[in-house]
Amino acid sequence: MHMLRYVIERLLHALPVVIGVTLFTFFAVQFVPGDPIRIMTHGRVSDEEVAAIYERLGMNRPLIVQYGSYLLGAATGDLGTSIIQNAPVSELIGDKLAPTLGLLAMATVLSVLIAVPLTLIAVRYRNRWPDHAIRVGSMVTFAMPPFWIGLLLILGLGLSLKWFPIAGFGNGFGGHLYHLFLPSLTIALFLAPILVQSLRNSMLDVLTSDHVEVARAKGLSEWQVLRRHVLRNALIPAITVLAVNISFLVSGAVIVEYVFSIQGLGSLLVRSVGYRDYPIIQGLSLIFALIVVAVNLIADLSYMLVDRRVLRA
Amino acid sequence: MSVATIAPPSLASRTVAEVASWSATLKVGALMMLVLVLAAIFAPFVAPYDPLAQDFMRTLQPPSLAHPFGTDNFGRDIFSRVIFGARIDLTIGFVTTYVPFLYGVFIGAVSGYAGGRFDAVMMRVLDTAMAFPFLVLIVVILAILGPGEQNIYIAIFLVGWTMYARLARAEMLVEKNKDYMTAARVLGYPGRRILFRHGLPNVIGSSIVFSMSDFVLNILLVSGLSFIGLGIRPPIPEWGAMVAEGKDFMLQAWWISTMPGLAIVYTGTALALIGDGLARRLGERHRTLV
Repeated sequence: MHMLRYVIERLLHALPVVIGVTLFTFFAVQFVPGDPIRIMTHGRVSDEEVAAIYERLGMNRPLIVQYGSYLLGAATGDLGTSIIQNAPVSELIGDKLAPTLGLLAMATVLSVLIAVPLTLIAVRYRNRWPDHAIRVGSMVTFAMPPFWIGLLLILGLGLSLKWFPIAGFGNGFGGHLYHLFLPSLTIALFLAPILVQSLRNSMLDVLTSDHVEVARAKGLSEWQVLRRHVLRNALIPAITVLAVNISFLVSGAVIVEYVFSIQGLGSLLVRSVGYRDYPIIQGLSLIFALIVVAVNLIADLSYMLVDRRVLRA
Repeated sequence: MSVATIAPPSLASRTVAEVASWSATLKVGALMMLVLVLAAIFAPFVAPYDPLAQDFMRTLQPPSLAHPFGTDNFGRDIFSRVIFGARIDLTIGFVTTYVPFLYGVFIGAVSGYAGGRFDAVMMRVLDTAMAFPFLVLIVVILAILGPGEQNIYIAIFLVGWTMYARLARAEMLVEKNKDYMTAARVLGYPGRRILFRHGLPNVIGSSIVFSMSDFVLNILLVSGLSFIGLGIRPPIPEWGAMVAEGKDFMLQAWWISTMPGLAIVYTGTALALIGDGLARRLGERHRTLV
């Protein structure tokens, strides 16, 4: 019962954000200076043809009616038609979804694999040299632009050592993993320092609580205390940190897809901006925002499994 | 009767005392930043060559004494271009961080203090803005306005304030119920005075600390936009654009892309160190991103 109420509550919380997101994606396109159809066709069509396109796309109706039909369309998976590629936007986006989601998932896993051991070491030796070294290392890594790390990884591990492919998405599950390794590592190197910092802070908070004192009093070693009593309690903040930083993760993916020529949502966005293909840009920004909202929702729901106390709140 | 007067400490000695009390990270970061800012201001004197001068007799030269960072495919001196690039990246990074800082903190403080319907609407706007990945939002706005330096400013001004508003609002919610605020209200001070004279100075801490991380992120963002061709265009020596220019020569001349990237890492590290120092100085509850 509590569970159901919690789930419904979270869904209701996400609703205004989704409405806000659709409002933005719909109205942003209305702010295109000049006539979007003329810009996209580079002024090579006559007035009558432009009027015909408007008629066909229903763009001569009142804005509120257009927004209504946009919402209705989006809810049923119809995001309009790409004017340059003359294909449904949802189809074009659907084709590109897998590489991007794969990249996001693998980058998340890699950044956790990098961040958790480093955090444990930093907390175990807090305020001593391993902690300081990890801290300075984090700052330097955070300052590295993902597009630059990507190029260096391509040069070092790709072109020189030939350990990894430098472009594309590969075939089959193993091929995907292999091809996505360098791009994921690039994003993970950007994300891991942020994770280390927030995880370290939340683990230090847990370290001052009573049950940790009890565990120490029982005579557990410091590593055992960290692993059994601190890490588990730092899990909620860790999930929050991952969810909060999904925005950075996706931003990184856009650039990294471009660097590694992965045919995903990010490179589609960059290309569409070049062509000024507004229906695709509109559809992509909606999808990207929905990914962020969905991840935050999943994070909220996963608290339920990690810590049942949220149900009573 | 003579009154013994104690001379107030001079500005110089106060400055020395202040700097001496800084943490090691703050000292190192501030020094690194000072060097960079001076190099940017005095770029024409520091840079050995004209950043735009092409020399087709000396293309793709590896780093040497004559060209510490090597030369690019047009024979331009990369060290000189990196120095002049500091002017562009530091200016854009600073402006895109601290202009939104000003009204972001203001909006957040007012929203937290006023509460009610204004605050509720503000929170929905913030939630919506933060649902979009930052880069995606900027790219969409640039798609509408068109690429270029001026539009990058407009795009970041439109969305960069949201984090500051969130931080200032959160702090104001805590501060507004403290005794000194109640005292100011009991004294009958007008809301504006309470907000600006009493509230604002106490809710600005997190934003100041976060602004250092934001500065780094904005430099990464602007150089990233230039890298994908939506930002500063060549031949202007912007660091991200320089990395992009060198990417086709990675195998023959790694230094073209590597050196401007190192300049970004240097700048970002300096700012992160300063942020770390400020966080320690202003109290543990203020946190940087890394």
